[in-house]
Amino acid sequence: MFLSRLRLPSSEIQSTLTCNGQSAMSGGCGRNPPPFPDNEDQEAELDTQVLDSDDDDDEGEDIFTGARSKPITPTSAPDEGDIFSEEGSYVRSDVHHATNGLHSDEELDLFTEATVELTLTNTTSQGRREIIGPTASACNTTRVPNSILKPSIVTKTMEELEEEESGDQFELNIAVTNPEKIGDGMNAYMSYKVSTQTTLPMFLNKTFSVRRRFSDFLGLYEKISAKHSLLGCIIPPPPQKSVVGMTKVKVGKEDSSSAEFVEKRRAALERYLQRVVAHPSLLQDPDVREFLERDELPRAVNTQALSGPGLLKMINRASDAVNKMTIKMNESDNWFESKLQEVENEEQLLRRLHAAVDSLVNHRKELCSNTVVFSKSVAMLGSVEENSALSRALSQLAEVEDKMEQLHQQQAFSDFFILAELLADYVRLLGAVRCCFEQRMKVWQRLQEAQSTLQKKREAEAKLLWANKPEKLQQAKDDINEWESKVSQYERDFERVTCTVRKEMLRFEKEKARDFKQHIVKYLESLLHTQHRLVKCWEAFLPEAKAIA
Amino acid sequence: MEVSSAEAALSVSASSIRITDVTQDGDVLTFALTSQKLDSSAGVCVFRIYEDFDWLQQSLFSQENLPGLQGIIFPPLPSKALPSQSNTQTKALKQLGFLALGQDWQSYCKALEFYLQQVAAHPTLCKCKALDSFLFNSESPGKQRGRKGIFNRLSQAVEEMRKESHKDVDNFFQNERNKNTNLAALSKVATEKLLDVVMTEQKLALACGHFSTSLHLCVNQDDASAVAFSKVCLKLSDVIEAVKRNLEKVASNNLSTLGLGLDLESRYQEAEKEMLFRRTCKLIELETVKKGTEKAKANKREVLEAFQKAVEKEFNLISSVAKQEIERFHSSHVNVLKNFLIGWCEVQLNTAKEFAELYSQHLEACRNMYSE
Repeated sequence: MFLSRLRLPSSEIQSTLTCNGQSAMSGGCGRNPPPFPDNEDQEAELDTQVLDSDDDDDEGEDIFTGARSKPITPTSAPDEGDIFSEEGSYVRSDVHHATNGLHSDEELDLFTEATVELTLTNTTSQGRREIIGPTASACNTTRVPNSILKPSIVTKTMEELEEEESGDQFELNIAVTNPEKIGDGMNAYMSYKVSTQTTLPMFLNKTFSVRRRFSDFLGLYEKISAKHSLLGCIIPPPPQKSVVGMTKVKVGKEDSSSAEFVEKRRAALERYLQRVVAHPSLLQDPDVREFLERDELPRAVNTQALSGPGLLKMINRASDAVNKMTIKMNESDNWFESKLQEVENEEQLLRRLHAAVDSLVNHRKELCSNTVVFSKSVAMLGSVEENSALSRALSQLAEVEDKMEQLHQQQAFSDFFILAELLADYVRLLGAVRCCFEQRMKVWQRLQEAQSTLQKKREAEAKLLWANKPEKLQQAKDDINEWESKVSQYERDFERVTCTVRKEMLRFEKEKARDFKQHIVKYLESLLHTQHRLVKCWEAFLPEAKAIA
Repeated sequence: MEVSSAEAALSVSASSIRITDVTQDGDVLTFALTSQKLDSSAGVCVFRIYEDFDWLQQSLFSQENLPGLQGIIFPPLPSKALPSQSNTQTKALKQLGFLALGQDWQSYCKALEFYLQQVAAHPTLCKCKALDSFLFNSESPGKQRGRKGIFNRLSQAVEEMRKESHKDVDNFFQNERNKNTNLAALSKVATEKLLDVVMTEQKLALACGHFSTSLHLCVNQDDASAVAFSKVCLKLSDVIEAVKRNLEKVASNNLSTLGLGLDLESRYQEAEKEMLFRRTCKLIELETVKKGTEKAKANKREVLEAFQKAVEKEFNLISSVAKQEIERFHSSHVNVLKNFLIGWCEVQLNTAKEFAELYSQHLEACRNMYSE
């Protein structure tokens, strides 16, 4: 069980970068990233491979997704990208009024009175959008991040972005525990206890817990994704669906592979939640709060329907179309292009690494079973041996081998949970990052379209002038005004998304390095622990061997 | 491996026999062999190929005028190694087991060395001229095509199997045969299972190596955060590399101590089995002759009785030699296994400590590097 320490800044309005807890990527996209790997068969294999190498059921693909869970955000995305609607609003108990550069009433409510239900789902409220402008000048006394004040957001340097990362610490620890099977047969499901422990005032209590099932987590992802992906946030992907794994559990197969599957899922759900709450914007989302606090959640039903293979193909095609746009995009600097390339390269690398660790885990498991067999054969030899000291030594040897098997088993778990899952998580996170970049391109695309529409309107007006038809002129002028304001809105949106994506990337990379460092230390600790126990085994055996006469 | 000082006419010090080098030329392995005569301080070095060892073994088998020769448990000679490329590892493993593993035929040489030491330490066999000639003649004795031994390896003929289960007249031997059958089977199984463990350890080491190499590919110098991440990956690569070396060492320790010991034990149990079988065959022969004598007509009876007496004498000699051999074998096999087990434990303990230290250093370094 890993508890995350979430440090929230109290002194500055931060956008999405400041969380120092577990890596929290926020980024959603109209197209959700393929949970790794891409190949459907491969994925089913992957799931079963680690859990149960005897299981040859590669056909056990998720009937809904082909073993992929991809809740899809509605393609009719609201076209106002209010990137700051969620951001810049942090929980501080002491400086309420200073928290928001954005003074919507709703947001103040969120932080000053935790009991008020927030309707931040309405991200496209006109009111909020207009606030951003005047707020910038009105809040000079508060400590507002420069990113909101400065008009030329994109020229902000990386150093300045990094400076914003600091702050006081509020605690939020989340644990997912106690998996319980509810119901029987094919309608059964696993229910998990989600416990939260926090000093954040926005929650009703300091410690509380609720029970959730897997589809609840997927439902949460959908909601978050619908709201935040348009803003250029990197949204943490949820754990994958697995029909094979779940079926075993449902059927009531009480063996180690089912137990392993449940544990794997439990740990994955925990990491997922920890990443979600580590993202400053997401934490404030009322859906997240509701997920953590509310006793009964309405059943999320979309998760099944939305992950069909047909929809998948549609997403992929849409994504390809967006990708083709990038070639025409005129980047002011190379940063986005090269970053995206980096991300794609890294994703491939991590996949390779994951495959390597996977094979390592399998070999270790093989070593476990071989060790057990050897231990038994030595025990038999010892039982037949006449010389009593030799016989005793041989049985001791069998016991040593048994202990070593346990150590190998534990090491295999460490390999898996510390390394393999880390790599798998990051492959999927990198997918989310790619989506985030693609989201920006979509915004740019929208801007381009608006600009070309504006151009057409202007041309139409010119034609009317020349054709001397004054009665239609007013309409044309109105059109032009409408489109001019749209174009300027979209320009601002694009700048904001660009800024957000940059910040998100920075935060992501820092978190990634931190995450990996933490895991290396954990891994070394597990290696060392195993090694010490091994030394003890041998030290215990040596006198037995020497005692043979 | 122990040299009894009570054995006279020993010209060579058994413990001094060493195989110091092996060279491979195509299909042929040539072994450099050094040994020391008891009465001299100078070592003698000769070169031998497998056929020479085989010649020695055959010569030992075919010694004449040695009463009860068939009751001797002959030290087992490892099978011939076929190092050619066409011989895949699976074939080699099937043929030689543990002796096929390890670098540069180390285990195989060790096994040959043991063989020679056991021959030289055997109270009867050490007196064989062939041994002297093998150890000290500069010319390879294998060139003399001697007689083939009376007894070759047990064939798997059905008839032989029937003979093997023939009931014994002596309780001591019946018990011994039963125990030996068990032990031979079990030690063979244990050897095979340990071999599986060692192979898996080697595969695991390879997988670690693969992972470690892949981590190197993550190096990327584009910007500060990429550099930071690259450093982390390289660190992990070092750690995994250490894990790999650990596994390799553990596997090689297993191989060179316990593996070798179990292999030797298993082959020795087989050798005892062969001796017991020879004696059983003699017993059957004796019983057959007895029956024949009883049924014989008066004129042939005297001849047959004389023959029967001869066979009986031979049988008794074999049995008495066998008894001695069995006792000698029991005590030495315990000692041999003891030494191997101690050696194995000590070397694994050292390796475990060494790597605990190494991991600890890595952990310290990581903690220092990453403390924020």
